[in-house]
Amino acid sequence: MPDTSPAGSAHGASIELIDLTKQYEGAAEPAVDKVSMSIPPGELVVFVGPSGCGKTTTMKMINRIIEPTSGQILIDGQDAMSLDPVELRRGIGYVIQQIGLFPHMTIGENVAVVPRLLGWDKKRTAARVDELLDIVSLDPSSFRDRYPRQLSGGQQQRVGVARALAADPPVMLMDEPFGATDPITRERLQNEFLRLQNEIRKTIIFVTHDFEEALKMGDRIAVLREQSHIAQFATPDQILADPADEYVSSFVGEGAALKRLGLVSVGTAPLQSWGEDASGLPSIPSDVTLREALGVLVGAGSDRVVVRGPDGPIGVLTMATVTSMLEGAGDGDC
Amino acid sequence: MAIVEPIVEPGTENESPYRTGSHWWQGNRFLSVQMWLTPLVIGGIWLLVYFWVAGRELDSIEQRTLNADYLLTAIGQHLRLTVVATVLVILIAIPAGILLSRTKSRTVNNAILGAANIGQAAPAIGVLALLTIIFGVGFWIAIAGLVAYTVLPVLRNTLIGIQQVDPALTEAATGMGMTPGQVLRRVELPLAVPVILAGLRTALVFCVGVATLATFVSAGGLGDIIVNGIKLQRAPVLIVGSVLTAGIALLVDWLGGVAEQTLRPKGV
Repeated sequence: MPDTSPAGSAHGASIELIDLTKQYEGAAEPAVDKVSMSIPPGELVVFVGPSGCGKTTTMKMINRIIEPTSGQILIDGQDAMSLDPVELRRGIGYVIQQIGLFPHMTIGENVAVVPRLLGWDKKRTAARVDELLDIVSLDPSSFRDRYPRQLSGGQQQRVGVARALAADPPVMLMDEPFGATDPITRERLQNEFLRLQNEIRKTIIFVTHDFEEALKMGDRIAVLREQSHIAQFATPDQILADPADEYVSSFVGEGAALKRLGLVSVGTAPLQSWGEDASGLPSIPSDVTLREALGVLVGAGSDRVVVRGPDGPIGVLTMATVTSMLEGAGDGDC
Repeated sequence: MAIVEPIVEPGTENESPYRTGSHWWQGNRFLSVQMWLTPLVIGGIWLLVYFWVAGRELDSIEQRTLNADYLLTAIGQHLRLTVVATVLVILIAIPAGILLSRTKSRTVNNAILGAANIGQAAPAIGVLALLTIIFGVGFWIAIAGLVAYTVLPVLRNTLIGIQQVDPALTEAATGMGMTPGQVLRRVELPLAVPVILAGLRTALVFCVGVATLATFVSAGGLGDIIVNGIKLQRAPVLIVGSVLTAGIALLVDWLGGVAEQTLRPKGV
């Protein structure tokens, strides 16, 4: 993106939590107990855990919507507690489950909220609004002047993401951002967001109670238990292959091997070369996962499927390949 | 050739751009015949009363009241009482309501709401009598009575209007880096406008009715005409006073309704 952000850091910043604790008055035990965690710039970390485990509280302490009782938050090495909370929040994108678009403002005005708070001039703000609406695949000329209630839930959530990105913050906090949408819209939003994150490389903390979503979205996943204690903090593949304990296993549930197939895209699997004999076989795009490919193979009753790249067929995936990768996944080596 | 496409391609847009029936102008009374019904009916009734009075032989007592000068003066006084009282109510009740919505202190809460409740619960005529005993008579005494009586609806609606704003919106606003003052001005108050206006409309109608009591503290208004009609047993005088007061109250209510429609934030 050509934008020059006020912070001068279009890409992510590192986040370090040190013994972060929230003790509510009158509560016997802290809601969040001494969480420590280090997140490198540009990583998308998912907090996953049952409701009431403190994952949202932990996230909201980072932009000080909830003030920590003790502990430290370092963003790019700077102590968040030493900053004015209002200034701190203007540098952190924030997306919530309820979306929270302001119903009395147009889509354009909603996206322009933070730039206006930061005192950008009108021209720069307007250009940025159009750029962002484009990024989230909403045509600026037709959406800019509409009101939120004229949009579908999925469109509103895209505006929510655009609004959070408006001032190009290095850090984003996302609290079950796709939780209120139907499964099809959610999957589409997830895919779009992953593609976007590939370009913008923000440091993101993403809270969800949906383990499948965590597997899909996270570079790393923090599985949390009560009081935000970290049960395991690792990549999706490591968690599936080698859950730290019973608690994490219960999250992974049945079919860990199958889920691991969901982490590998067809394009990276060993493929047989494509030949004329393969015409008539079902075909799939190369960016779908092996798990989806397996679904197509089983569904079509075929043992081979053609993999399409952007410029036509690139190879043939066989059932045997998928099965061998499934077994490999089951062995727990990775 | 069997092409299996299990993936929904992102970018295929099958979400409807509009939810049907949610255009801001739909249901806007501005464009409807209904909207002009109230003033037309009131005008009609006033005309009927005018012709009825004009067709009668008025005696000298009736003539002293039922002439254009006297009536216009009374209407002018009445409207002035109403407008001044309403402006004061706005200046007192809206800030008090905002303060109430900000405070978590029970004491402050009870004190303000209690005072407003007493003002409304105490009979206006009693309040006026008390004020007169202490401060004498006059325009400002009448205003004090009116304000005391009409503060509550505006205060209560300001408080409720702010409280009913979705907490997700204030959290989003705060999370984006708005100061508490910016959250109030840019999010909470605009969204509370319809509810505040509804309270103001109620207060205005109260004002027009209660302002008839201003006659007892020598502050004039349409109460003069009504009281004259009763005291001197002149039915035409009494009827003209009553019909004028009722008509003005209804007109004010109607204007309030129009204002609610017009000032309501777009998109809400």
